[in-house]
Amino acid sequence: MADILGAEVDEEGFLVDLKDWTKEIAVEMAKGDDIDLSEEHWDVINFLRDYFEEYQIAPAVRVLTKAIGKQFGKEKGNSKYLYSLFPYGPGKQGCRFAGLPKPTGCI
Amino acid sequence: MAKDFEVPKLPTYLEIPEINEGVMAGDGPFKSVEEFQKPLGFPGEKVENWQEVAINKMGDLKSKYRSVQVFLDACVKCGACTDKCHYFLGSSDPKNMPVARQDLFRSVYRRHFTFAGKYFPKLVGAKELDDAMLDDWYNYFHQCSQCRRCSVFCPYGIDTAEISMAAREVLDAVGVGQKYCNQILGKAITVGNNLGLPEPALRDTLLDLEEEIEEETGIAVKYPLDQKGAEILLITPSADFFAEPHIDGLIGYGKVFHQDGVSWTMSSYASEGANFGMFIGSYDIMRKAALRIRKAALDLEVSRVMVGECGHAWRVAYSFWNTLTGVGAGASASDEFSAKLQKQLDSRYPQPQHIIEYTHDLIQRGRLEFDKSANDDRTVTFHDSCNVARATNMGGIPNGQFILPREVIKAVCNNYVDMERSTIMESTFCCGGGGGLLTDDLMEIRIKGAMPRMQALKEVEKTDAVNTLVAICAICKSQFSKVLPKFDFDPYMIVSAHQLVSEAIIMDKPQTDDSPSEEVEEASVETETAE
Repeated sequence: MADILGAEVDEEGFLVDLKDWTKEIAVEMAKGDDIDLSEEHWDVINFLRDYFEEYQIAPAVRVLTKAIGKQFGKEKGNSKYLYSLFPYGPGKQGCRFAGLPKPTGCI
Repeated sequence: MAKDFEVPKLPTYLEIPEINEGVMAGDGPFKSVEEFQKPLGFPGEKVENWQEVAINKMGDLKSKYRSVQVFLDACVKCGACTDKCHYFLGSSDPKNMPVARQDLFRSVYRRHFTFAGKYFPKLVGAKELDDAMLDDWYNYFHQCSQCRRCSVFCPYGIDTAEISMAAREVLDAVGVGQKYCNQILGKAITVGNNLGLPEPALRDTLLDLEEEIEEETGIAVKYPLDQKGAEILLITPSADFFAEPHIDGLIGYGKVFHQDGVSWTMSSYASEGANFGMFIGSYDIMRKAALRIRKAALDLEVSRVMVGECGHAWRVAYSFWNTLTGVGAGASASDEFSAKLQKQLDSRYPQPQHIIEYTHDLIQRGRLEFDKSANDDRTVTFHDSCNVARATNMGGIPNGQFILPREVIKAVCNNYVDMERSTIMESTFCCGGGGGLLTDDLMEIRIKGAMPRMQALKEVEKTDAVNTLVAICAICKSQFSKVLPKFDFDPYMIVSAHQLVSEAIIMDKPQTDDSPSEEVEEASVETETAE
């Protein structure tokens, strides 16, 4: 199995043990996708982690866009904005950087 | 990991490609591990005596499902199916010809279960099940979406999907499972949905949705959860709660229920319409998933069970729920709970009923009013989802599964055109992501397999300026939003049928910016509802 900064990740690059997550790991994962994490990225990552802590699952796309819109301005409350930050999808790429499990299903 | 590949060019006409042997050879999708195998009762890894286990399992399937044996025996290699598979047309790998894919399984069947194959294997194309063959099974039976387009053209009516299901069942039995399907099934049978969405998160998501609709329309459309005594239990794919564009379809269902004034509910225990048990060919697991629905229907004391926009959910519901769960007629008398549920459900309604049938019926009876001009920025075409098209019906009339969705769409928008006839209805091309293939590690085959559908779509884009693609399947919607941009389409052009309904429906209470004339119109609707 591969690892990132010593933390084990699965074949899709998601942390095997969610407790391993650190900010440095997020930065390193993003680097691997040619992304420099900006403050805007961190706003989303932090929201994802907070939501996960409360509900043990990633938020629905609509819940995420609404929350981001409420907190950081309406112009940011849409999936186009989130895709501009996370081109592989706020759900999948965002969750990976945030140390959350990969959302599964017909999505 | 993913290799580089070229996105297929869209030809003016679909042509049979020149074959490229081995172009889709590979290791197949990510394999399941013990953590996901064990809860389903499958070995955690490839078992030591796997050949013996596999052959025994084949024998077991052969005796349990006579259809499988007939399909394995009946093929005469006429070749009618060869150019009917979207994965072959898009990938040009000859092992993606339906007959060749089936023969991976059939040749082993011949070797072990037919007289000629046992004694003269070479004469009848019988082959041994060795490591290379098992690897080929794993790879190529995960390049079949069980869409059954090839079956439509088979003069013997061989159902290729059943062969794919059987092969996957044997693979699971020897401990070589697919991560995507089996991980999801574990969540479905423990948490109640494919996402693993627990009750508090679901409740919160639905509340959020109610808030959003009320903010937008001024109308308190409700999304009830676990409401005992409601008339209708809605079983919808969990993607409807979670993903785009699906959620706009869910908004549409809610508006229709609201407008009809019926009491309805969803269940946090059975919050999934999809049933991947079918994809992996396991009747037992399919039943396990479906039984959650029976329990929810009994506990909530509903009199109707309805299914949201999900292709294979409707197949499982329409074709199998009656004996699996007692929704519909035919539960065994010895099956106490199914018999109880059959008595509980209201026989004046179809059980189960599709949300499209429900909305269609309301439209027919004049219970809904629409402002079709709300969809005037759209020219719409409809993608028939494979499982709905080739395994079910709607409305109890011949071809109802093609007619009803189109009639609903035409009732809510002014501009509708169909794609080329040989690519729709019973001949519809799969979206490319069905049957357990909707996973990133299969992106190459998903993109290549989407080519035939994309070609037909490109055609109506050119001739009729089509800018909206409607589907009534969660997998189709997710698959299209990923593959459309690869073929230079707008990923946001894929929508739910009930999103169009949602946009055009005239709701009881006037919206804040409504003109007076519309208020009069809506007032009359209100009186009608009150009657």
